Amino acid sequence: MELKGWRDIPIGGMILEAGNAVEYLTGGWRAFRPVFGQAGCIHCMQCWLFCPDSSILVDPDNEKMVGFDLNYCKGCGICASICPVNVKIIKKAKGAGEELAQDDPRLCIRTVEEGKFEE
Amino acid sequence: MSKFEALTGNDAVATAMRQINPDVMAAYPITPQTSTVQKFADFVSDGLVDTEFVCVESEHSAMSACVGASAAGARVMTATSANGLALMWEIVYIAASNRCPIAMSLVNRALSAPINIHCDHSDVMGMRDAGWIIFFSENGQEAYDNIIQAIRIGEHPDVLLPVAVCQDGFITSHGMERVEIYEDAEVKAFVGTYRPQWPLLDLEHPKTLGPLDFYDYYYEHKRQQIEAMENAQRVILEVTGEFNKKFNRNYSLFEPYRLEDAEVAVIAVNSTAGTVKVVVDQLRDEGLKVGLLKPRLFRPFPAQELASALGHLKAVVVMDRSVSFGAMDNAGPLFLELVAALTLHGVQVPMADYVYGLGGRDILPREIERVYRDALKMAETGRVERLVTYLSVRE
Amino acid sequence: MATQPTKLTPKELSKRPERLSPGHRLCAGCGASIIVRQMLAAIDDPVVIANATGCLEVGTTIYPYTAWRVPWIHNAFENAASTISGVEAAYRSLVRQGKIPEQNVKFLAFAGDGGTYDIGIQALSGAVERGHQFLYVCYDNGAYMNTGIQRSSATPFGAHTTTSPAGKVIPGKQQFRKDLTAIMAAHNIPYVAQAAPSKWKDLMQKTRKAVNCGGAAFMNVLASCNRGWRHGTDETIELTQLAVDACYWPLYEVEDGEWRLTYKPKEKRPVEEWLKRQGRFRHVFRPENRHMIDELQAEVDLRWERLLRLCGEA
Repeated sequence: MELKGWRDIPIGGMILEAGNAVEYLTGGWRAFRPVFGQAGCIHCMQCWLFCPDSSILVDPDNEKMVGFDLNYCKGCGICASICPVNVKIIKKAKGAGEELAQDDPRLCIRTVEEGKFEE
Repeated sequence: MSKFEALTGNDAVATAMRQINPDVMAAYPITPQTSTVQKFADFVSDGLVDTEFVCVESEHSAMSACVGASAAGARVMTATSANGLALMWEIVYIAASNRCPIAMSLVNRALSAPINIHCDHSDVMGMRDAGWIIFFSENGQEAYDNIIQAIRIGEHPDVLLPVAVCQDGFITSHGMERVEIYEDAEVKAFVGTYRPQWPLLDLEHPKTLGPLDFYDYYYEHKRQQIEAMENAQRVILEVTGEFNKKFNRNYSLFEPYRLEDAEVAVIAVNSTAGTVKVVVDQLRDEGLKVGLLKPRLFRPFPAQELASALGHLKAVVVMDRSVSFGAMDNAGPLFLELVAALTLHGVQVPMADYVYGLGGRDILPREIERVYRDALKMAETGRVERLVTYLSVRE
Repeated sequence: MATQPTKLTPKELSKRPERLSPGHRLCAGCGASIIVRQMLAAIDDPVVIANATGCLEVGTTIYPYTAWRVPWIHNAFENAASTISGVEAAYRSLVRQGKIPEQNVKFLAFAGDGGTYDIGIQALSGAVERGHQFLYVCYDNGAYMNTGIQRSSATPFGAHTTTSPAGKVIPGKQQFRKDLTAIMAAHNIPYVAQAAPSKWKDLMQKTRKAVNCGGAAFMNVLASCNRGWRHGTDETIELTQLAVDACYWPLYEVEDGEWRLTYKPKEKRPVEEWLKRQGRFRHVFRPENRHMIDELQAEVDLRWERLLRLCGEA
């Protein structure tokens, strides 16, 4: 953003455009990215509840979770860690003696390394 | 019809506050401001004002609540003194930089330590860089008149800065004098309705106030404050002019007293100026050409106008009721600012500083007379014997 | 004003407008932003927020950007409560005088444990004593995180912080933390609660009670900080819940003086399990420091037992 002069900005440090932080794309911070895996999403919206960056995209009319907002997602991985489908799959695999990697394609939300993942 | 009432300076200010009827007052008691908030509390409890009176638990919270209320879009007033001001110091800067037009009665009292509840100007001088507009008042009448004008000045769209109106603690705050109180309706009409441009409570247009600035924007925000200060003098003269006309007064940036044909002059603020006037008259009766210049507006500092008014003199003596420790020659702040103003505007005149009245130490007419005689000697010899004199301290 | 409050189900809540936008610069996995999102989703009414200096304030309002889509003011570090007192007083005054319409605005103050337990406690105490109608939310991450993880009176016993470091002679913070929620309950205000975002529904129900209690309300909410606690960015919710299940952070409310436990762990976990997962406690697992774990466990148990008695659960 180009730096403005003192005459061109509101006085007193006021910011008059509410929520203009959307112009600042924090997606560039990511080292990891959430990606849909094979396990079907049950649209429980838990990921939406726990995303620190409002980066879970929902379709409110159809009450569905539809994706990840990669403009802002910082790749924290909370969505993958609390996703109940993930939890179930990981637990089941553990019971069978298998430790699933976080990018395992069988998960509902996979966490893959940024820059190394091909869609 | 205005009425003449016997009022203390504090009660005069409280009366003005009643007539102004601010939306919010957040204040904490401290001697010698207390009678202002107490009298105002009576008005609140008797239903004579609409003010939401917030009895906060400290001065820091007082100014914090004032900032919150002002940002919300309310007309806000408060009052304090000395250590109360010192405690709110952090927020005093924030009030100015957040452009909150808060009007404050500052009843001047010495800063601790040792703790001293009496008058001197160390409190206001400590805030002179904070970005507030600052007025001095010789007596209760002036304090009353100044605080009414403060509302219009602070709220002016070209200004939007908080305003402090000073008066001497105990001397005028608790001294009873004859004060002309204007009609409620007239004061109400003069201050008008506050129309905040960016109130926080405008839910349709949510805004953020008080963000984090990095080095890329802080300077620009400060430059805006400077602009407001530069506009302030013009606005003050406009508002004062309107006030003078409506209420038959004669205020300006400062008051010259028998100055025009004087050879030497004393510069003094607040109540001491009143005592100086008495001494001026006495010495004039002796045929001595002496005068007084009483600053009213301190921030913004009207350097050019002061220099013009003092340019014809043969000696100028400043009386300071505080010391700027460690400043050049441990002089007082008023002296330092006047030296700068006069020098930069090409006025070359012998100047000296007399520090008096610290911690409420009395200043007597004969001491002021001695100051004038020193000044006359300076005028004669063109020499300053002592740059800074500490009047009536026991050696 | 909503005629029927939004049902507290994720699907219904996900239809609520996001009042904290993305694009803020809080750390990946920050507990504070999760708390703000959940609490604001639970409130259907318009809100005005005062925020103390700290991570939340700094991360969301780096000029010229703001992530807030509601009226928001930051004043200083210790005065979120007095600032919101002024805003609330202004609102009441202006509504009473007919200068602005009554709009059922909810006033909130957000501050970290730094701006609440320590430097902000005076303003908070004063504001609730005066009975301003507002909800004060402390997002407690147990240290002055924004300035570099310095200890606060909310920091747990034994934790390494930059001002209570685990050094050769002194192994971390030597004091037990202040029980601020109990202090606020002692102010006898209509509503006080302790909550955590891992139990989002409990948090949201409490938020609603708090903003509708008709007086001053206080909520202390556990905010995990992966930077200060030294854990993975994805472990925020899991470790928050572990703290709750270890009874280090019990979930309860005090409504008009009635103490009520709102969550009892099926299985009370040893506090060691929670400590083990955080780098800031690494040093207490050395043989010469293990006694500290026992001391912390004893204190946690003492406070838990006391809470159970107060809640009539003993």
